[in-house]
Amino acid sequence: MEQEIVLKKEGQGVAFLRPFIAKITPSFNKTKVLSSLKQTGITIVSILLFLALWQLGSKALYNKEANYKIEKALTERGEEAAAAERACIESGDSSCQPNTLPSPLQVWGSLQSLIADHKVITADKAAFVEKMAETNAKLIAQGKDAIVYTGRASFIDIVLTSIKTVFAGFLLALLIAVPIGIIIGLSPSLRSAFNWFIQVFKPVSPVVWYLLVFMIVKTLYIGDSSDNAFVISFISVGLCAMWATLVNTAMGVSSVDKDYINVAKVLKLGTFQKVFKVILPSSLPLIFTGLRITLSVAWMVLIAIELLAQSQGLGLFVWEEFQNGANDSNAKIIVAMFVIGIIGFLLDRIMLSVQNIVSFNKNEMA
Amino acid sequence: MAYLELNNIYKSYGYGDNVTNVLSNINLTIEEGEFVAIVGFTGSGKTTLVNLINGLLKPTSGEVLFKGAPVVGTSHERGVIFQNYSLLPWLTVGQNIYMAVKEAFPQENKMALRQRVKDYVAMVSLSPAINKRPKELSGGMRQRVAVARALAMNPEMIIMDEPLGALDALTRGNLQDEILNIWSQDKRTALLITNDVDEGIYMADRIIPLKPGPNATLGPEFKIDIERPRDKTAMNDNPNYKKTRNEIIAYLMDIGNQRKTVSQEEYVLPDILPKSFVA
Ligand SMILES: Nc1ncnc2c1ncn2[C@@H]1O[C@H](COP(=O)(O)OP(=O)(O)OP(=O)(O)O)[C@@H](O)[C@H]1O
Ligand SMILES: [Mg+2]
Repeated sequence: MEQEIVLKKEGQGVAFLRPFIAKITPSFNKTKVLSSLKQTGITIVSILLFLALWQLGSKALYNKEANYKIEKALTERGEEAAAAERACIESGDSSCQPNTLPSPLQVWGSLQSLIADHKVITADKAAFVEKMAETNAKLIAQGKDAIVYTGRASFIDIVLTSIKTVFAGFLLALLIAVPIGIIIGLSPSLRSAFNWFIQVFKPVSPVVWYLLVFMIVKTLYIGDSSDNAFVISFISVGLCAMWATLVNTAMGVSSVDKDYINVAKVLKLGTFQKVFKVILPSSLPLIFTGLRITLSVAWMVLIAIELLAQSQGLGLFVWEEFQNGANDSNAKIIVAMFVIGIIGFLLDRIMLSVQNIVSFNKNEMA
Repeated sequence: MAYLELNNIYKSYGYGDNVTNVLSNINLTIEEGEFVAIVGFTGSGKTTLVNLINGLLKPTSGEVLFKGAPVVGTSHERGVIFQNYSLLPWLTVGQNIYMAVKEAFPQENKMALRQRVKDYVAMVSLSPAINKRPKELSGGMRQRVAVARALAMNPEMIIMDEPLGALDALTRGNLQDEILNIWSQDKRTALLITNDVDEGIYMADRIIPLKPGPNATLGPEFKIDIERPRDKTAMNDNPNYKKTRNEIIAYLMDIGNQRKTVSQEEYVLPDILPKSFVA
C-alpha cells in the first residue's frame, strides 16, 4: 500500500514514463502496463502526426519560395536565368536554397552538426589547455593571470550557460521571495504596506527589469573589466520571475486553515514553533506552486534577457543565428527552440514532482 | 467559588447586516470534579460555546470565569478535543501527540515524553498506526488520535466537542470508559458536548440541553442520579435511568417540534437581495 501511494505521486509528474515505472516497480500489473502502453502509444502517434504536418508545411513553404525565386529570375533576367535558378535549386546547392521553415530532417541534420561542432570545440579546448599548461604555470608563478581559452562557445556550452543562468536566477528569486512572502504573510499590516509594491512591479516586463538591473550593475562594476553579462542576466531573470513565489508564499502563510491555528493556540505553541511547525508546513504546497511558476517564468524570460545582455546563452544564440542568415541558420533556430521547450518541460516536471512530494491532499486529511 | 462560570454570555459573529446571533444569555456553572454534558441540535452553537470556554473565542458580552479569573486565551489547564479532530496532516500520529506533550511538559526529557506518547497511543489502541499520517487513518482512528492528544496533556479540565461521533458502538463504549477513568483520577472536571442522550446519561452528572439557534439559550438541567461506576447493561433496568432518559428525550422532541412550527410560521421571504456572491 505504501508503495502504491508513492507510485501514484511519481506518476503525476512523469506520466509519460509510466510504462517504464510500472516495469521496475514491484506492483507489476498487466492491465496497468497495458493501459500505460496505450498512453505512450498515443503520445508517439501524436508526435509522428506533428512531424508529418511539419514536413508537409515546410515542403509547401519551400515550394512557394522556390517558385517565387524562379518567377523573379524569369521576370528580371529572362528565360535562361530562370532555368539556371531551377537547376541550382534542384541540385541542392546551398547558395540558392530557398530560405524558409526548415524540414524536420534539416533540423535533425543541424542538431548533429551542432553536436559534431561541440566535439571539435571541446577537442580544441583540451589541446589549448595542454599547449598552454607550461606557459600558464610560469605566468601563475610570476603572479600574472593565466591565459584562458576564448574561442567560440559550442552549442552545449551555450545550453549549459542558459541553465546556469536560470538556476542562479531561480535561487535568487527563492532567497528573496520566500522569506519576504513569509514575513508579509504573517502580518496583515505589512501585507497592505507591500501590496502596492507587488501590484506595481509584478507586471513590469523583462526588458525593463533588464534595463534597471543593467543601470545598477554597470555602475557597481565600474573599474572591473570582468564580464558582467551573466550577473546582469541572472539578476534580471530572478527579479522577473520571483513574483509568483512572493504572492503564493504570502497567500499560503496568511490563509492557513483556522483549525491548525486553533491547534497551535490550544497547545500554546511559541511563535517560532507556530511558524515552523504549523504555518510553514501548511503553506508548503502553495509555496511550491509559486516556485514552479517562478521556474517556468524564469526559463521563459531568460531568452529575451540573454539576448539583451549579450550573455552567451540560448537567447543570444537564437538572435545571432537569425542575424547571421546562413543557410542552416533557420534549422539551428528550430533546434534551439526544441531544446528550450524540452528543457522547460523537464524543469517543470521536476518541480511538479517535488511539489507532489510536499503537498498533502486537503480532502484526504483530518 | 465555582470552578467554571459563564455569566450572561452573548455571542454573535459578523458585523452590521451580516450579524449572526448564535448564543444568547448563557448562564452555566460547573463545580470542580463535575462531569457536565450539553446536548443540542446541529448548528445551535455548541462548538461556539466550547470555544468560548477554552479561550479560542471571546464573548460578545458577558464573562467566562475559570477558577474565578476571566478567561483570556487558551491554557494547558483546559484540554480540548476538537470536533473536526484538527490533526496536523504533515505529522504522523506519534508526532501530533508528541508536539502536544512537549508543550505541556517542557521540563520532561525526550525519553519520558516519548513514553507518554506511546502510552496514550496504546490507550486508544492505535499503536500499530503510530507512524502513519492522518490521511492514512479512518475517521474513527483520527478521532481517537485527537482524544489521545488532548488527554496526553493531562489537563485539569477536559473539554470535548462531540469527541466520539465517528466511532462504532463498541469502540465508543471503550473510549467512554477510558475518558471516565481519566476524569475520575485526580478529580478532574469535564464538559462533554454530545448529540447522543445515552452517552450523556452514561457519562455525566448533569445534562443541559442547548436550544436551537439563533439566539440559543440553555434549557433546564437534568440531574443524573445514578451511582458510579455505572454499568451500561444494568443501567437499562434502572428506573431512574429510564425516567431521566424519557424526560430528556421528551424535552428535546418538544423544542425540536417548536422549532418546526416556528419556522413554518415565519416562512416569509425577507426583502433583501444578496450584495455579492463572494462570501
Ligand atoms: N466563524 C464563524 N463566522 C460566522 N458564523 C459562524 C462562525 N462559526 C459558526 N458560525 C455560525 O454559528 C452557528 C453555530 O455554529 P457552531 O459551529 O457553534 O454549531 P454546532 O452546534 O457546533 O453545530 P454542529 O452540531 O454541526 O457541530 C451556525 O449557524 C454557524 O453558521
Ligand atoms: Mg460543532
